[in-house]
Amino acid sequence: MNRRNVLKSTIAALAFSAALPAFAADPVNLGVSIPAATHSFMGGINYWANQAKKDLEAAHKDLKITIRTAANATEQANQLQDLSSVNKINALVVFPFESAALTRPVANVKAKGAYVTVVDRGLTDTAAQDAYVAGDNTAFGKIPAEYIAKTLGGKGNVVALRGIPTTLDTERMDAFTGVLKAYPDIKLLDAKFANWNRDDAFKVTQDFLTRFKEIDAFWAADDDMAFGAMRAIEQAGRKDIKLIFGGAGAKDMVKVILDGSDPRIGANVSYSPKFIYDAIKLTAEARLKGEKLPATTIIPSVLIDKANAKDFYYADSPF
Amino acid sequence: MSQPEPQATASETGSRRTDAKASWSETLGSLGPIVGLVMLCIVGTLLNGDFATPDNLMNVLTRTAFIGIIAVGMCFVIILGGIDLSVGSMAALIAGCVIMFMNWAGPALGSPLLAVLLGAGLAVLLGAGFGLIHGLLISKGRIEPFIVTLGTLGIFRAYLTYFADGGALTLSNNLADLYAPVYYGSALGVPVPVWVFLLVALVGALILNKTAYGRYVQAIGSNETVARYAAVDVDRIKILTYMLLGTCVGIATLLYVPRLGSASPTTGLLWELEAIASVIVGGAALKGGSGSIVGTVIGAILLSVISNILNLTSIISVYLNAAVQGFVIITVAFLQKGRR
Repeated sequence: MNRRNVLKSTIAALAFSAALPAFAADPVNLGVSIPAATHSFMGGINYWANQAKKDLEAAHKDLKITIRTAANATEQANQLQDLSSVNKINALVVFPFESAALTRPVANVKAKGAYVTVVDRGLTDTAAQDAYVAGDNTAFGKIPAEYIAKTLGGKGNVVALRGIPTTLDTERMDAFTGVLKAYPDIKLLDAKFANWNRDDAFKVTQDFLTRFKEIDAFWAADDDMAFGAMRAIEQAGRKDIKLIFGGAGAKDMVKVILDGSDPRIGANVSYSPKFIYDAIKLTAEARLKGEKLPATTIIPSVLIDKANAKDFYYADSPF
Repeated sequence: MSQPEPQATASETGSRRTDAKASWSETLGSLGPIVGLVMLCIVGTLLNGDFATPDNLMNVLTRTAFIGIIAVGMCFVIILGGIDLSVGSMAALIAGCVIMFMNWAGPALGSPLLAVLLGAGLAVLLGAGFGLIHGLLISKGRIEPFIVTLGTLGIFRAYLTYFADGGALTLSNNLADLYAPVYYGSALGVPVPVWVFLLVALVGALILNKTAYGRYVQAIGSNETVARYAAVDVDRIKILTYMLLGTCVGIATLLYVPRLGSASPTTGLLWELEAIASVIVGGAALKGGSGSIVGTVIGAILLSVISNILNLTSIISVYLNAAVQGFVIITVAFLQKGRR
């Protein structure tokens, strides 16, 4: 062990002991409220939430985590009530089904004294939360646009497959078109909703291929849609498409980048459901120390390419 | 083409003039879906020259095949006076089970071809089995079809989500390659799914119009009590009809799996409404008793054509796509209101 490493571990040890509270903090009874696993991304959210429960409960004996999954906003509101009154939680990590509908129920939990961390889909009134942890939707739209523009050399035809009409999707699309404004020779032929769904993406892509004879790049703003689009492109036997850019870093897609097995897929943008794990961990550890989180924590969306793909490949996750 | 007998008898006993008048308005009414479809096609061609190309028409027909095949089965159930809300979830679960089975059977049996063939058989069997359960609960259990299938809608999809662990079930590559021609292949320039769709529709029309079973289905839908007094084995016919729909869902799934080679919890979302809409747009009465297979087929194609045209143009805000579909469905239903 060289001197620098010794120094490093000493600092780490010091930092660790400094972090220990002088007095024993109260046990943390943490509730986690998330949408049910109805599509791949939410499957990932569920996986990572359970993973956090497993890891953190093993690491901290004063921590208890209760996870509730809801199929819709109403069910989630009921579960929040139960978490508060039956489970008597004193901290909450919530991934709201809808922003507006869940604001009141979350505010009620906070009013009863629980510390509230909101994840991803925000609330309409931020007074109802203590902290906010989210992925970076602007970067989710910006990074693909920059990559496509650069790879095409600033000239070409692009089509886009959007998700479900929501503010989150609009934010991504605005960021995407915002970047393209700087490249007058890149033409966004059209953008249609394919609802983050493989089947819909297949149909929309078929119709795009019928309509446009020259397409250089596809931006399918989610990997599920990218898979559907690729099948339609294969079926049509189109060779003009040089680039397919998905999103969110699904493990199968990251594998393709890692293996370099498809020249059209060179990159992706991270928007990992793992941020629920980070949110639970940050909240639990801060509360165990009696501390607060920063008001807003943005988990950055970064470009995934061959160089860093292995850091984004989670073989066990369903997503 | 498939008016229930009680109505047919009534018009026979009427005077010749009202007879002619009724049949004239009936003909006009039954033309509703066809008129609607022709109008839509003209609009489509005017908006985008590529609409009328054979490639595009084949795309539309191929993608209609899934919903169309399910709608043929749904047509029987609706004529019977029943409903099945679970078909989308059922298709998703069957797709998931078939993929899991093939992935297991491929290496286990050592023959990918055998695995695909057995998997195909399993799809149809599962469909018929689920239909049998529906039929038994509805006829012997005396539970409303709406409730039974609302329950299984949730059950089927939840099990798929559970099997897929919230993600997607994906067919292994060698099996997917072997299976792909079932969706992507074509015979005489017409894609396989379109042939299957045509065949299912033909067989469906024959069963509905030329067999005793078909007449019983219409009779029960018109008036179940009268059918019972007429010594029709109502329970057996109901069970058979739900099994028929289940079988259709199984066949549709067979064509669906090779398209994307995967099933996820979003597979088949809202297919039940598309299938029901196809049957109703095609001229069937939701309260039962009347409906036709030809109408159903046209109804299904009409619904696909709308979304195809919307994708081929960009004159309407993308946010309004669903509204356009709603307007067309209501307009076509209005065009044929004479039949109800």
